[in-house]
Amino acid sequence: MTHYETILPQLYEILRPFAQDGQTLSDETELVADLDLDSMKVMEILLEVEERFDISIPLNVIPDVRTIRDFACQIEQLTEQK
Amino acid sequence: MTPLLDKFRQLADARDALMQLSQDPFRVTIERILSPTEARVNGRPMILAGTNNYLGLTFDPQCIEAAVQAVQEQGTGTTGSRMANGSFSGHLALEQELAEFFGRRWSNVFSTGYQANLGIIAALTGQGDVILIDADCHASIYDGCRMSGAEVIRFRHNDVADLYKRLRRLGKRCANTLIIVEGLYSMLGDRAALAEIAAAKRAYGAYLLVDEAHSLGVLGERGRGLSEEVGVEDSIDFIVGTFSKSLGATGGFCVSDHPEVDLARYVSRPYIFTASPCPSVIASTRVALRKLRTEPALRVRLWDNARRLYDELKGLGFRLGPDPGPIIAARFGQKEETIAFWNGLLQQGVYVNMILPPAAPDGGSLLRCSVSAAHTPDQIDRICGAFRSVKAALEV
Repeated sequence: MTHYETILPQLYEILRPFAQDGQTLSDETELVADLDLDSMKVMEILLEVEERFDISIPLNVIPDVRTIRDFACQIEQLTEQK
Repeated sequence: MTPLLDKFRQLADARDALMQLSQDPFRVTIERILSPTEARVNGRPMILAGTNNYLGLTFDPQCIEAAVQAVQEQGTGTTGSRMANGSFSGHLALEQELAEFFGRRWSNVFSTGYQANLGIIAALTGQGDVILIDADCHASIYDGCRMSGAEVIRFRHNDVADLYKRLRRLGKRCANTLIIVEGLYSMLGDRAALAEIAAAKRAYGAYLLVDEAHSLGVLGERGRGLSEEVGVEDSIDFIVGTFSKSLGATGGFCVSDHPEVDLARYVSRPYIFTASPCPSVIASTRVALRKLRTEPALRVRLWDNARRLYDELKGLGFRLGPDPGPIIAARFGQKEETIAFWNGLLQQGVYVNMILPPAAPDGGSLLRCSVSAAHTPDQIDRICGAFRSVKAALEV
């Protein structure tokens, strides 16, 4: 199992409470468009992800994160830099 | 492809919705300004309780006289950058006086407080560096961070444990890290946990910048800000501040013992590519700084007023920020309730600042008062009376 594959289920677990009723999450799910996240929710999620993976996510990378896959890739990179 | 101007539709809808509830709170016209604490708005007299005019120096006769004399002797403007047009002697004198006041070797004056943050942050840091900022920092700090190209990491507001955690994660990169906090935070008026933050900076070998915009002239025995009050000035690498609050003019500065603050003049775009502060502004600021140094009674009056208003509003049941001080913010839940309350205060002849989501911390709304040394006891009573009346009328 790759590092990315271990990150993905943990990310789904964090994001699931933000999904609409009946909505299935995949790595193609878009965080803002599909999950309808506002900036407060995004910050809440970032803090939870940072705690879970013991990383700090720079604000600079956030504009590049559109989908759950983008998010998992960023987490993968940041955990590898540790 | 979305047409260029379509992005304004959402904004126009939001503005129209706001206008259904109120006059536009962000376009209030001060028809006539009468004193540091009084004006005419909508044809009626108004007590100003939202000006950041902490020492009330905007109408000080000596500040005005200095500004008038500077206009007469040096003209209305500098018409260009100090890099291109040269520095006026007043620019250099003010820098010298600021350095002396703060006991620092170097000082750099900018045309606005906003530009001071942009200019210093973007000069000190760049690609490969890290900036650790308190989440509640002012927009000018966020914009300076963006301009710098450095990696920007937020820590939870005033949460020293979170700051330590993030410093630990950075490891060796701490040597390339600038921590940025504010002395007094502008929304709720709370103070940075500066003694602990300075200790964290020392423990990890990072640099620390403190924005004393709201604390200059307000905190510390000599009015140098929170760094002085807490006794950690030796641990603060860079102090940024503004002339537009306690000093009653416009402009900003950075002081430091690092000579790089002086070298920043050669690379700081917000310093280079803008007209330098005009002579009248420099002249009145110099006098205001002298008054800040030599008239501690101003600070005593400010704090007497601040404590009274804080205690009164707290007694009326308003949810305020944690610390009494010249920024007193009442928290509200619903936006509609906040707007109605703000309009009620205006009708009672009291002007305060309204902060609506997403500008306020935690997604709430605020009515923010700023207290001045120039408020009379009667004006403080009338501000309290207005809050009491509107609260009773709206049953909140």
